Amino acid sequence: MKSKWWLISLLVCLAVACLSPLASSSPDGLERVAEDNGFIGLAGEAPFQVIADYVFPGMGNEALATILAGIIGTLILFGVAYGIAWLLTLRKRQLV
Amino acid sequence: MHIPDGFLNVATVATTYAVSAGGVGNAVRVANKKLGEKQVPLMGILAAFIFAAQMLNFPIAGGTSGHVIGAALAAILLGPWAGVLIMSCVLIAQSLIFQDGGLLALGANIFNMGIVASFSGYYIYRLVASLMGNGRRGTLVGGFAAAWGSVFLASIFCAIELAVSGASPIGVVLPAMAGVHALIGIGEGLITGAVLGLVLATRADLLQLQRI
Repeated sequence: MKSKWWLISLLVCLAVACLSPLASSSPDGLERVAEDNGFIGLAGEAPFQVIADYVFPGMGNEALATILAGIIGTLILFGVAYGIAWLLTLRKRQLV
Repeated sequence: MHIPDGFLNVATVATTYAVSAGGVGNAVRVANKKLGEKQVPLMGILAAFIFAAQMLNFPIAGGTSGHVIGAALAAILLGPWAGVLIMSCVLIAQSLIFQDGGLLALGANIFNMGIVASFSGYYIYRLVASLMGNGRRGTLVGGFAAAWGSVFLASIFCAIELAVSGASPIGVVLPAMAGVHALIGIGEGLITGAVLGLVLATRADLLQLQRI
């Protein structure tokens, strides 16, 4: 059971991602400063969009689209960071 | 604090990309030497948690919101170079997949929220925790101070990059960024303290891992 702490932690992370529709939609600190000081207009469009602004494209329900984006991102980040860390410890594993 | 493309000029984009590439390269070298098997799942969990937590913008004063950076938490648990690696994973994914933070501004975003926030968070934590005797109280107060300081310092570097790029004069953008992030930093401090409290209560041994 003790070795499964990270599985429980990952479920907690996914639960956190499911709270994302409750997040404040107000501009963040940098956006607020950019609006107040007249340089928000400098921001350019992204050259391509995948899951832009954490809303999974093509879904009618925006809350569900946000939760889906959050779950996908959380799983990707877990996999990528775990994978990189695993690769970085590979050499030590083979020495043992 | 994710800078979109368009705010930074070419010189700032090039400089921050060069510095961040060097920083991430060194983080990989250090991790390759020192990262142990025990830290591998925690690397994944912290990246996943930071991504999820960054989606939860909380309201602060005046119709403005903020979200955690998470670098201080990662650096406290795994060390500053591991923090740089974790934050780079999060920021690259946010830029490439979620269009949060520009592709050209990625170097600056990794510098501010990865390198500056991880290292400032780590050393503020070490200083405050040791001044308070390294107990439970030291961990929680140190975690709060580290988190607040990491957001505040990251916002100052962000303001300098904006000013150097000509987006806004330094006398305007620096106090504005520092002021709003002094408030957002309180949220970062409370959340970081809460997570550290949870770790202390459930898996206190995770605070004894070697920091890299």
